[in-house]
Amino acid sequence: MAKTSHQTVDLAQAMVLAPVAAADWLVITPIIITIIGGAICLMNRKNTALQPWLGLPFLALLVVSNIFLLRHVLENGIVTMVMGRWYAPFGIAFTVDSTGALLCLTASIVALAGGVYAVADIRKTQRRYGFFPFLLLLMTGVSGAFLTGDIFNLYVWFEVLLIASFGLMILGSEKVQIDGAVKYALLNLIATTMFLIATAFVYGVFGTLNMADLAVKAATVSPSAPILTIGALYVLAFAMKAAAFPVNFWLPASYHTPNIVVSAIFAGLLTKVGVYALLRVMIMILPGVLLDLASVVGWIAALTMVLGSLGALAQSDLRRMMGYLVISGIGAMFVGVSIGTTEAVSGAILYAVHSIIVMTALYLAVGVIGRIAGDTDLRKIGGLYRFDHGFAAAFFILALAVAGLPPFSGFWPKVILVKASLETHNDWLAFAILLSGFLTTLAVGRVWLHAFWRGGIEGTPDGVLAVSGGEARQAFIVGDQRLMLAPVFALVLVVIYLGMMPEPVMSVALQGAADLLDPADYILSVFGEGAVR
Amino acid sequence: MEVALAVTIGLFFTVSIYLMLSKKIVRILLGVAILGNAVNLLIFTNGRLTREVPPIIGVDHMVPENIIANPLPQALVLTAIVISFSFFAFLLVLGYRAYQELGTDDTDEMRQAEPREAPNPPQGY
Repeated sequence: MAKTSHQTVDLAQAMVLAPVAAADWLVITPIIITIIGGAICLMNRKNTALQPWLGLPFLALLVVSNIFLLRHVLENGIVTMVMGRWYAPFGIAFTVDSTGALLCLTASIVALAGGVYAVADIRKTQRRYGFFPFLLLLMTGVSGAFLTGDIFNLYVWFEVLLIASFGLMILGSEKVQIDGAVKYALLNLIATTMFLIATAFVYGVFGTLNMADLAVKAATVSPSAPILTIGALYVLAFAMKAAAFPVNFWLPASYHTPNIVVSAIFAGLLTKVGVYALLRVMIMILPGVLLDLASVVGWIAALTMVLGSLGALAQSDLRRMMGYLVISGIGAMFVGVSIGTTEAVSGAILYAVHSIIVMTALYLAVGVIGRIAGDTDLRKIGGLYRFDHGFAAAFFILALAVAGLPPFSGFWPKVILVKASLETHNDWLAFAILLSGFLTTLAVGRVWLHAFWRGGIEGTPDGVLAVSGGEARQAFIVGDQRLMLAPVFALVLVVIYLGMMPEPVMSVALQGAADLLDPADYILSVFGEGAVR
Repeated sequence: MEVALAVTIGLFFTVSIYLMLSKKIVRILLGVAILGNAVNLLIFTNGRLTREVPPIIGVDHMVPENIIANPLPQALVLTAIVISFSFFAFLLVLGYRAYQELGTDDTDEMRQAEPREAPNPPQGY
């Protein structure tokens, strides 16, 4: 250290001098893996045959790392690592609780599924445009958002995932993609800017950006501080990111335009990052403000659910319909935020896990349908049951899961949310959940009925069997495109597992919800035992 | 000083929201650029304005001698500038590309992704 000084300095007052425990490095490995993987893929961008072999191992490694991280968090409680070894709140903290670790693991599973699907789906030119580098860097942003313990750092991760998503969105440079990307990019940029505005005020009011520090200081903030404004800005920003009504219109305008695997990953991850940020900021840091805004969030939730499922009913194009189903699911998660009891929040977390898996799987399944039938317009698809019974069953399971019917993954979070609504005398929210479930059942039931069950495309007479898309189907059966089915089936297995054995994930979600509502352990993890707070 | 900057920031927000409400992509983009600057000034002002010396510690000292300016808002603004500038560059290219491909910069006319006459789903079985 600086020996020119005549003062002696006790570094232990400012820095953590003890070496970091080996297991604690797991907090940061998801970021390291994806950045290094993204860089290596980027360097070999033009070697299109090599791309999957470079990208997939890193995605698999990410899943493994996240499994260990979740185990570590469940066994040892919340883990914190402060960058540069400075003591919090001066260094940027990465703090992982069970909510963050669970969502991070789920996100990496669907990213791997998407990566496998992309091997068969993404064309050479699009690989050269950088599908795998963008996917890995998108995962950097998503993992960072789930793991960070600093609110400005959260903003930075939002921007990382946003710029990577722009790259994925315009991969094919088609007219519709550019049209969709313009709306997606502008509105998402405005949403993150809103987030930044609120963060600027947070810094002005509290003088800190560390989430644990904020949670401490927000509890005793002076009543004249504009925290209601801050809370409202955060709700608006995260509702916009999560595509909640009335700021959801960028999603149906853009999610059907990119490659189907890109849509699948977006539908699984991006909106859920918004929901996660809402949980983290409103439930953990600003619970007092949330009490004032609970009825607003409740209305947002009910309208998002019902209008989302009505939108799904009105669409003929399967890809556009899926966009509305994503929105409908966001409403259910907002119900959990609006009620704000431990049970309700755990329902929202569980619903986020379910929605990440199911929406990605549904989009991928729609991609398979598009390949077989040569179209994704429901009027031009038919007779797919004859093509592959297993795939028809898989789609049926996904349809039941997204509608929230037992015994699949969508059932349990909805049960928890309905129960929590009734217990807190929010009967109308329970009604909205059930109504939206009913409308969603109609929408997906119609898809299965028309695409799989009837004899052929629209106008095929009764009793005639004619699978749509003759040549496209042949190409699918003989080509290596059958690889596309593997991730769909794998995700369906996860959906069945979550439906049949909800206990393990449910207990993690309950733990996460308890830590969000009572951040004492979170604060302890960041500041340590000795900190006087 | 805070009042003057607060008024300036308010003006920036007003102008940017007015521009972003336009239908033309170019105006929206200008609005986004001004919005970014408004937010940067907002962060800066929220860090409290001080007419103090730069946050540099002298060679012979381990701690600052007097009161110094708060360096954190400046670091935040720097991060935000880099991000908003790169996004603006991307959006400019995207907007230009959209003009080339779609032949319009009017958002009302951009209906490729959501055609006006979208077909209804099958009404019967």
